[in-house]
Amino acid sequence: MKRAPTHSYPGLNLGRRHPGADKASEVVTFGFWVFLMSDLVYFGLMFAIYITMIDAQAGGPGPHELFDLKSIFAQTLILLTSSLTVGLAMLALKYNLPRSRIVLWFGVTLVLGLSFLVLEIRDFVAMADKGGIPQRSGFLSAFYGLVPLHGLHVAAGCLWLIVLGIQLRLMGLTDLLMSRVVRLALFWHFLDLIWIGIITIVYFGGLTYG
Amino acid sequence: MDRRSEMHRRERRRYVIGYGGSLLLTIAVFSIAYVFGIETKGVYLAIGLLGLAQLIVQLVYFLHIDRRRSSREDLDLVLFSTLVLLIIIVGTVWIMGNLAVRMHTIPM
Amino acid sequence: MSSADTSFFGRLSWESFPLAGLIQTPNANEIVANAAAGVVIVGILVVVGALTWFRLWGPLWRDWLTSADHKKIGIMYIVFAIVMLARGVLEGVVMRAQQAAGPGDGFLEAEHFAELFSTHGTIMIFFVAVPFVFGLANFLVPLMIGARDVAFPVMNQISLGLTVSAGMMLMVSLLVGEFSTGGWTAYPPYTGAAFNPGVGPDYWIWAIVVSGIGTTLTGINFAVTIYKLRAPGMKFMRLPMYCWTIICSSILIVFAMPPLGVAALMLAADRYLDFHFFTNDLGGNMMNYANLFWLFGHPEVYLLVLPAYGIYSEVFATFSAKRLYGYNSLVIATMSIAVLSFTVWLHHFFTMGQSALINAVFGIATMLIAIPTGVKVYDWMATLFRGRIRFSVPMLYGLAFLMLFVIGGLSGVILANPTVDYQVHNTLFLVAHFHNVLLPGVLFGLLAGYNYWFPKAFGFRLNEIWGRITVVLWTVGFMLTFLPLYFVGLMGMPRRSFSWEDPSFHPYMIVAVLGSLVILSALLAVVVQLWVSIRDREKTRVPVGDPWDARTLEWSIPAPPPPYNFAIIPHVTDRDDFAAAKERGTAYPAPDAYEDITLPRNTRIGFILCVLSGVWMFALVWWIWWLAALVTILMLLSFVAWTFKTDIEEVIPAAQVQEEHEAWLDLVHASAPINRDFEISSENRGRAGPDLEVAT
Repeated sequence: MKRAPTHSYPGLNLGRRHPGADKASEVVTFGFWVFLMSDLVYFGLMFAIYITMIDAQAGGPGPHELFDLKSIFAQTLILLTSSLTVGLAMLALKYNLPRSRIVLWFGVTLVLGLSFLVLEIRDFVAMADKGGIPQRSGFLSAFYGLVPLHGLHVAAGCLWLIVLGIQLRLMGLTDLLMSRVVRLALFWHFLDLIWIGIITIVYFGGLTYG
Repeated sequence: MDRRSEMHRRERRRYVIGYGGSLLLTIAVFSIAYVFGIETKGVYLAIGLLGLAQLIVQLVYFLHIDRRRSSREDLDLVLFSTLVLLIIIVGTVWIMGNLAVRMHTIPM
Repeated sequence: MSSADTSFFGRLSWESFPLAGLIQTPNANEIVANAAAGVVIVGILVVVGALTWFRLWGPLWRDWLTSADHKKIGIMYIVFAIVMLARGVLEGVVMRAQQAAGPGDGFLEAEHFAELFSTHGTIMIFFVAVPFVFGLANFLVPLMIGARDVAFPVMNQISLGLTVSAGMMLMVSLLVGEFSTGGWTAYPPYTGAAFNPGVGPDYWIWAIVVSGIGTTLTGINFAVTIYKLRAPGMKFMRLPMYCWTIICSSILIVFAMPPLGVAALMLAADRYLDFHFFTNDLGGNMMNYANLFWLFGHPEVYLLVLPAYGIYSEVFATFSAKRLYGYNSLVIATMSIAVLSFTVWLHHFFTMGQSALINAVFGIATMLIAIPTGVKVYDWMATLFRGRIRFSVPMLYGLAFLMLFVIGGLSGVILANPTVDYQVHNTLFLVAHFHNVLLPGVLFGLLAGYNYWFPKAFGFRLNEIWGRITVVLWTVGFMLTFLPLYFVGLMGMPRRSFSWEDPSFHPYMIVAVLGSLVILSALLAVVVQLWVSIRDREKTRVPVGDPWDARTLEWSIPAPPPPYNFAIIPHVTDRDDFAAAKERGTAYPAPDAYEDITLPRNTRIGFILCVLSGVWMFALVWWIWWLAALVTILMLLSFVAWTFKTDIEEVIPAAQVQEEHEAWLDLVHASAPINRDFEISSENRGRAGPDLEVAT
């Protein structure tokens, strides 16, 4: 048996419980998807540049001296878990759970996002101590052009979480805010996808071919 | 009311399955790297395929992209973007790699 | 870096102003530079003076700058594009004059000449073609698909703000400092910090980055608008051809602007933070830049020319009084061109040194584009065939386009052959080629669209006589200026040379400069046409809104359209729905009931971001770090503050809609239907009468 269509917008959605918000978010969410695809091209190009510059180490430190897989593993787990928690926040909203649940999952996501950033910055500092600064070589320029760009997106996501948290507190669950939560969740999942690309291409690829 | 919580449970399970799958794949990738080392292309191929699998798991379970009729426009968008992305990345790597070979910055 | 970057004004000093140069070394070069700066200042003073004298500041602010109405945003885009067009054309004339003054060095210095071709290219592509194309799209798309506005009206306003502020940077570079000398492509390492430490490339970078963001947002906006906001019954295969071209163009923007942003930001990282993406040392590779730039650059030319194809499609159909021939094939051709345009970027650097195989693959892909383009040309000719043709101004532009564009397109097929390209790469042959596709292709299309839709936007027609004069002047001017360049190009004259020695070039250069003067007079004729038309507007009013017996939805509403576009959202049952309704005699229906209409309220956010992003760019160019940081925070804050706003919409009551709409319907029924033979007479109030016979 096919599941009955429960919503007009495919993918992440607010469902029948919030028809107004769902209608309002349909156009906006599609627009946000298009924006994400444009952003995806940005990242894709940075990946391409990184691949072409793996050999451009100019005698400077390379992947084997610089990359710390333990820290990357920790960052991966943190980001993955935050993707789950932001999804749970979405569900809490969709099924009218108490607002405290939404705030709880938002809070957990924020903490995870921030700890991801802390670990990442710690990695950069450690790399810089070993001479791995972007000014050293084309390879490092490409690395610092790509990985911190992802970090910047995560930071923007954290800021978005905070602002949205404040707005939920001030204005309550309006249609507009609910549609923003959907988009935030999309954005966060998208960052997780990019991160998979980063561990596969930047870290493992760097270690294999660099 | 019951039906609602039933749906809620189902959707939550979906997220948890996606999370579990991604977790397993992540651990698999890092253990392969740990056990076999990351020097050979065969190992990297395995890592790359697992990465691809994880992308698909997350697209399906977190971003809810699937082939149901109502999801088509997302799927179309993602597929077209993938096409453009592949053209751009493969083209760039092909061109720049060829130039590097011809300029002897990397060996044949 | 010197001590200058720590001071309050960064590296800005009195030496940065062109007047300082004139006082130190008064010569022709400095006089031209100061004249340009003077024109900008006088222009600003005239505008400010006029606004003050006619007490227009209030209306300007209330009705235009803060408006989120897509029609007004579209008109502002076009006004901006025409102002920038004037500068671009003047620069072209100065460049032609410089080359005609040879053999030898001419009257400009090499640096100044290089600034001219850099600004000319940057302006014409990013600040004339793009805003003009999307200005028209802004005005038209919601009207054509039966929508009340675009999907994201406020984002639309922000796009405009960012585009304008980036364009203003090019004006500021005339007054303070200098612009890049690296061409519109700004290839490193020449534009890198090692060879070009000045502010020029920085002006280019930030203007490109900011306008690029604006354009990307526009692309997203229009893709979503056409995808999601079509009127009921408007299936994809009922879309007007113009909307098809806009959706393809928007998709091109979404995927093609990122490479430009990446390239420009990497160049910025090289220049500001000492990265090594494109430097000569430490593993940098400028070939990556060429690759990135053209990943953008090629789709860019198609995203400009596709909407022009759309305009021609509408114009040919209307002024032949026929359905567009081969609609399906045109749709497929448009989509093929859009996809193929992502596969050909390498033909811009055949000579960079990659293998013959790669060159051959991209050469063949390039030639393939000629197929869908050829399909289009035949479809247009078949549309004309046995039509009830009127040689109105847009039609004349269209015919000039058909003949000249084929020449330009064929020279493109020649260039697509790598072996030929090796001979003519970087010569004036290339310059002739791309002007040959961009002028008759894009600019004529935009001017045709301007003449065609002007009565819709302002409620009166443009002067027909002066319009025909502009067609003749543009066409003749184009041919005199650019066709000789094919020959000098084949004779081996490199592009962008401020000096040359071979006397056999001289006759061609003379013809070209004369042609550029004809183009200048064409531009003046456009201004005169506008002035004459405004003066005689009472005689050419078309309040009913359909002066050309046109076919698509935008003609079924008043001219100028009310803020809400459609009193009742139409139900579409046919491809050329309005034409079909006129045939059936069911045009101008009186609705049974009216509803309240919700519209986006005015907002200041676009204007605020316009000003702030302008200051931000200036601060970055001149290394005024504290200001850049401050403005970054302000931009973030003003955007976040805007997201707290809740009353973003206003309601127009049904009674008001009813009153306005019924008054217009009365006017429709009181106006005499006009036969096509009297289309350009003052009897034409915008109601089309049945013609001789309906050709199909």
